[in-house]
Amino acid sequence: MNEIINEITLISVVSLGAVGSMAAVILYFVAQRFKVIEDPRIDVVAELLPGANCGGCGLAGCRALAEAIVKAESLEGMSCPPGGNDVMKAIAAALGLEAAELEPMIAVLRCAGSREHAPPKVHYEGVMTCAFAHSLFCGEAGCPFGCLGCGDCVLACDFDAMHMDSKTGLPVILDDKCVACGACVKACPRSIIEMRKKGKKSRRIYVSCINREKGGVARKNCEVACIGCGKCVKECKFDAITLENNLAYIDFSKCTMCRKCPPVCPTNAIAELNFPPRKPKAETREQPVEA
Amino acid sequence: MGGVHPPENKITASRHIEELPVPGTVTIPISQHLGVPASPVVAKGDRVLTGQLIARGGGFISAHIHSSVTGKVVKIDDMMDSSGYRRKSVVIQTEADEWAEGIDLDAGIVRGCDLDGAAIVRKVNDMGIVGLGGATFPSHVKLMVPKGKKADYLIVNGVECEPYLTADHRLMLEKGEEILVGISIQMKALGVEQAIIGIESNKPDAIEVMGRLAASHAGVRVEALEVKYPQGAEKQLIKAAIGREVPSGKLPIEVGCVVHNVGTAFAVYEAVQKNMPLIRRVVTVAGKSMNKPGNFMVRIGTPVSALIEAAGGLPEDTGKVINGGPMMGKALNDLGVPVTKGTSGILVFTEMESHRKPVVACIRCGRCTTVCPMGLEPYLLSALSEKNRNEECEQERIMDCMECGSCMYICPSGRPLLDLMRVGKSRVGKIIRERTH
Amino acid sequence: MSVLTVSGSPHLQTDQSVSKIMYGVVFSLIPAMLVSFYFFGLAAILVTITAVVACMAFEFLIQKYLIRGPLTIFDGSALITGILLAFNVPASLPLWMVVVGSAAAIGMGKMTFGGLGKNPFNPALVGRVFLMISFPVEMTSWPLPSAFSTKLTDAVTGPTALAIWKDGVGQGNTVDQVMADLPEYAQLLIGNMGGSIGEISALALLLGGVYMLVRKIITWHIPVAYLGSVVVFAGVFWLIDPTYYIDPLFHLISGGLMLGALYMATDMVTSPMSARGQIVFGIGCGVVTMVIRLFGAYPEGVSFAILIMNAFVPIINKGMKPKRFGEEVKHG
Repeated sequence: MNEIINEITLISVVSLGAVGSMAAVILYFVAQRFKVIEDPRIDVVAELLPGANCGGCGLAGCRALAEAIVKAESLEGMSCPPGGNDVMKAIAAALGLEAAELEPMIAVLRCAGSREHAPPKVHYEGVMTCAFAHSLFCGEAGCPFGCLGCGDCVLACDFDAMHMDSKTGLPVILDDKCVACGACVKACPRSIIEMRKKGKKSRRIYVSCINREKGGVARKNCEVACIGCGKCVKECKFDAITLENNLAYIDFSKCTMCRKCPPVCPTNAIAELNFPPRKPKAETREQPVEA
Repeated sequence: MGGVHPPENKITASRHIEELPVPGTVTIPISQHLGVPASPVVAKGDRVLTGQLIARGGGFISAHIHSSVTGKVVKIDDMMDSSGYRRKSVVIQTEADEWAEGIDLDAGIVRGCDLDGAAIVRKVNDMGIVGLGGATFPSHVKLMVPKGKKADYLIVNGVECEPYLTADHRLMLEKGEEILVGISIQMKALGVEQAIIGIESNKPDAIEVMGRLAASHAGVRVEALEVKYPQGAEKQLIKAAIGREVPSGKLPIEVGCVVHNVGTAFAVYEAVQKNMPLIRRVVTVAGKSMNKPGNFMVRIGTPVSALIEAAGGLPEDTGKVINGGPMMGKALNDLGVPVTKGTSGILVFTEMESHRKPVVACIRCGRCTTVCPMGLEPYLLSALSEKNRNEECEQERIMDCMECGSCMYICPSGRPLLDLMRVGKSRVGKIIRERTH
Repeated sequence: MSVLTVSGSPHLQTDQSVSKIMYGVVFSLIPAMLVSFYFFGLAAILVTITAVVACMAFEFLIQKYLIRGPLTIFDGSALITGILLAFNVPASLPLWMVVVGSAAAIGMGKMTFGGLGKNPFNPALVGRVFLMISFPVEMTSWPLPSAFSTKLTDAVTGPTALAIWKDGVGQGNTVDQVMADLPEYAQLLIGNMGGSIGEISALALLLGGVYMLVRKIITWHIPVAYLGSVVVFAGVFWLIDPTYYIDPLFHLISGGLMLGALYMATDMVTSPMSARGQIVFGIGCGVVTMVIRLFGAYPEGVSFAILIMNAFVPIINKGMKPKRFGEEVKHG
């Protein structure tokens, strides 16, 4: 009996061992034959990148950015928004290149047409996506530029940096989580979200409206619309504000955050975020609620 | 193939066409047609006559716009229209009618037409005629056969398959003779010898009238068609009338025919025989709670609210007002919007009728696939659209979808199939445009 | 006047709903239920009630405490799964096994995939096969029919008609010899035969099937393709050797074929979307059923056949697309 078991064991071991060895040899030669020679620096760079594959660099994932950087042998025109300056500096150091110091950016919602300021005049029913509502009509409040509140931007955010405020009907962008990848900017069918400088201490001033209709028409639908009166343009000593198509725009590269323009706006359409509260002398509206 | 049968509700089928009085103000959008918007040729303060040109079409696929009233141009500004957005429109404060020169207001029927094909096309273009079936495609373009193609049939769409709408039905009963003359003129322009008038068999009186009149017009005959929505859709109508299938992505001329609505045929008659530009059309106003639903001859630019007033006023329990039919019409967000060349009906839905049934999971019943007249799979296309899988949407022929709504109508789970497919279509359309650029 | 509603077209919807469809199916099962309750008595009633309550309870528990999502237990789908599961087991099955089967059906067969509409396999059949493999003895002890009885235990059990035939010819007897042991065909039709609760009365099931067809709850494609292919397959072999293979009519009215073809294979969630695909599916079910019945180890093949074909449904859907309007016709 034992001899039979020994014989069977021997045959099994030898035959399986032979098959295994043959497979190993074949695999080795095939691997050598089809080996892809890659620049080892790509792996180094890819290690340094966050690995979120968010597409914020404009390329298809972190690996693609690593390949592009190594191929171009320069960091010119490339940036990883979620990684930020730290990551770019680390890559520069690893490759022996120069890294430009970029200003941190953040997504900014340029609409303050909440349910309170821009009350709904009709009721929308249907699939909850801004893309569809936008193609259907101007919106429940009547402003064709205003936020539709269906949350396509929130869905697009891979970094949990956005959520919908059910009271106001507007999305909220979280300062500490937003990495400025730009997904929400692309998702918004009305281009209400703009990428702006994050600002020292996360402070920023911007016109919270993109309505280009005539002032009277805009105001009819929303209390805090920009009516294009130009008072802010006159007030700004740094030439940072321009008026075009009934809409004021604050250039964030010129704005010194002197805080002179928000109080002069008759409709409170200029938002100032994360500033200390003003002294009660000037008429201001409440600071936008920070999450 | 496919299709659904919603309740017909043709409550205004026996109401004679009533002339709606000219309102105090009209708002005439400069884009009431497919293609390039027209450009105004009048300015604020100008006095215009009824039938006068007020906006000139730009480019080949465009249409001219004429004033539907006499009066003073109050402003040329962005005004809310049925698109749900404010669009550039000419607003006119009306006075008593003073007709532009050359327009024949005589009620008698003019049968003979001496113009040749090219002259007919020019006249139709000059008079701003667009397709009155709802697509508002400039008609003069559809009266020209492109080089290299041949047409042997004119198909006249008298189907009116949408529930509630009866404008075409009444037009056939009351202006049948004029329509037949218009059809002959169109046949001449196209160089075809055969015309088929398709009418759904729920309109036996129209079939009888048109059949009788067609007997004295060479080459014209009436075809009674099955009552099914969307029988009046161009491709489905061609298949039912002459058995040919228009290939995906191509136009009817590809299978040798051109389709015009009966209302367009009537407008062509008025344009060619009476020099009357397109300034008025028949609109059905209906709804279960309406006091006096009916069919009205309305001047373009009349506010919807004036129409509703004439039909007995807006009922207390109104929940939704629709521009067009209930299957493909547009829900209005403002009742001050004007009637345009493409307005075939105004429907007033009660609060009870205005809401969708609750949405539950797809139970894979396949009804959407069975009813799709284009042979598509809405359950698949809507799911792909939702997940932003646009290449697959294109492969599954999402661009063939004609947005008839049969799938969403029949879905037991109440899923927003068409909403999602529309989003998918616009994304795929964008990709296709960028590809060919 | 309340605020205007703005929504995309169409602005009309049928008043058909998932619940209406489900409850329509339940209604069509009533004739079969009445026959079974008569022939199998109180035991059958208890098994059915237990299955229904257990299915709904498991769905409730899973939706409320595991998934923490909306509750859908009253849409009728758990009710149907319960009834159909009960119809697939013997009336003498211990009630605790019925509960286990319900857990398998709802928990494993439906909720793990995401709930209604997302499961690839028919949940009632998942439950039945689970029970069959776990408790083979109890699941193959078929009580014989008798006039309505409230006796729960000591029901007389015996082989089903299919088992009689299979064992009989397996032992070398001819069909004619086996015929003597079989119930009369009329009895098979009405339901006076051994079997699971729901499968016995082909006539009652047919009545229900006709009702569903008239109400447009199901279409004819799957039942006709399934039953048709069974008749053809059985017929071919019967013609080849009538002393071994029994005639097609027998196959039609015995076993779980009627129940399977009319209620299990036609389950919308687990069957193909297009008519062409449904016919392929039906034929596949028929062929596999017959292969198992004639050449397989089991006397009955319906459950396995349907589950196997369920697995092919995604491929069938991909391959059997409806005819596109205006399809470019390839020349040459």
